[in-house]
Amino acid sequence: MNGLTDIFVRSVFIDNMIFAYFLGMCSYLAVSKNVKTAFGLGIAVTFVLAVTVPVNYLIDKYLLREGALTWINPDFANVDLSFLSLIVFIAVIAGIVQLLEMVIEKFTPVLYQALGIFLPLIAVNCAILGCSLFMQEKNFPTVAHSFSYALGSGVGWLLAIVAFAAIRERLKYSDIPKGLQGNGIAYIITGLLGIGFMAFLGI
Amino acid sequence: MKLPLGPLSKDNPILVQVLGVCSALAVTAQLKPAVVMALSVTVVCAFSNLIISLIRNTIPPRIRIIVQLLVVSTLVIVVDQFLQAYVYEVSKMLSVFVGLIITNCIIMGRLEAFALSHEPLPSFMDGMMNGLGYGLVLAIVGCLRELLGSGTLWNHPVIPSSLYAAGYLNNGLMILPPMALILVGSLIWILNSKKSKAK
Repeated sequence: MNGLTDIFVRSVFIDNMIFAYFLGMCSYLAVSKNVKTAFGLGIAVTFVLAVTVPVNYLIDKYLLREGALTWINPDFANVDLSFLSLIVFIAVIAGIVQLLEMVIEKFTPVLYQALGIFLPLIAVNCAILGCSLFMQEKNFPTVAHSFSYALGSGVGWLLAIVAFAAIRERLKYSDIPKGLQGNGIAYIITGLLGIGFMAFLGI
Repeated sequence: MKLPLGPLSKDNPILVQVLGVCSALAVTAQLKPAVVMALSVTVVCAFSNLIISLIRNTIPPRIRIIVQLLVVSTLVIVVDQFLQAYVYEVSKMLSVFVGLIITNCIIMGRLEAFALSHEPLPSFMDGMMNGLGYGLVLAIVGCLRELLGSGTLWNHPVIPSSLYAAGYLNNGLMILPPMALILVGSLIWILNSKKSKAK
């Protein structure tokens, strides 16, 4: 149990998706004009991560990894399909996002109103695919670990985009050199926030 | 035929259009992985543009995103296997970021904005130039970070040892991820102020 909280806290603060790996920067920069939409996107990313990463974990463990197919037939012990993982992961993500969109629309129209416009964007968000790839690299022992990792990464991403959107809202009133306005200052603020987050390395 | 030079400077995908930043910055702590990454993206971008442009009239618009993703991820797998075979160390260093070329917004962006509506050859050139424009920024940032951060270029020490003897120190901050963002921010600043002067 302790291992799970460890992974969660680590992925929220230390291995933060945005500040340590720059994943999901495109939507991070584009959808951070105000706190409310930023929060919506953050929730959607967390949600999709928490669903897709465990699924990809199972696929990786029982289908793709070297020796993974032994449960079908012991003769498959040296079959290694891991070169297919990229294409399988992205297909799973695109599929699940589509499915989630339909399920949410059917059962909880309120949630659909809130997340609706963001869901299609998420299929091509690098944070989602990146999280699955990191999961593959980290070799978690059980599904629960991968779920904890996915949830932590999602929450970390949410935290980052909400903090950034809040700063950006205040930024409208500040006096910035002309050439630096817009994207220039956005990058620099993200860098400074990242340096702040590095303080968590000591934990 | 005229080369579309815009992506190298005034339409630069990273600096002006803010596309594909995601996988870009993490690989620029040193020059070598940055250049390898830039070349991989250029190849994938050029060929996916070419392929999508060739089949653009047969793709049903409703499923075009899936088709694009499949074409791009197939190309990325080829590049990934190639890197693992020939430059294993660099491919270890790039780790998941090769795979993340799939979700690089430059590639999807060019496919949507250009390849779907243009002939194969111009699409190929467009993809290549955008890849190169992306690579240019990666190379500049990688160069600065490696030079200032570890005093080397392409793993060769370039700062003379007499300088170290005189008290010069490598700036360890440059190696850390946040500095990549700050450097790109500064590059945007330079580009913007040059542009406003030209007006």
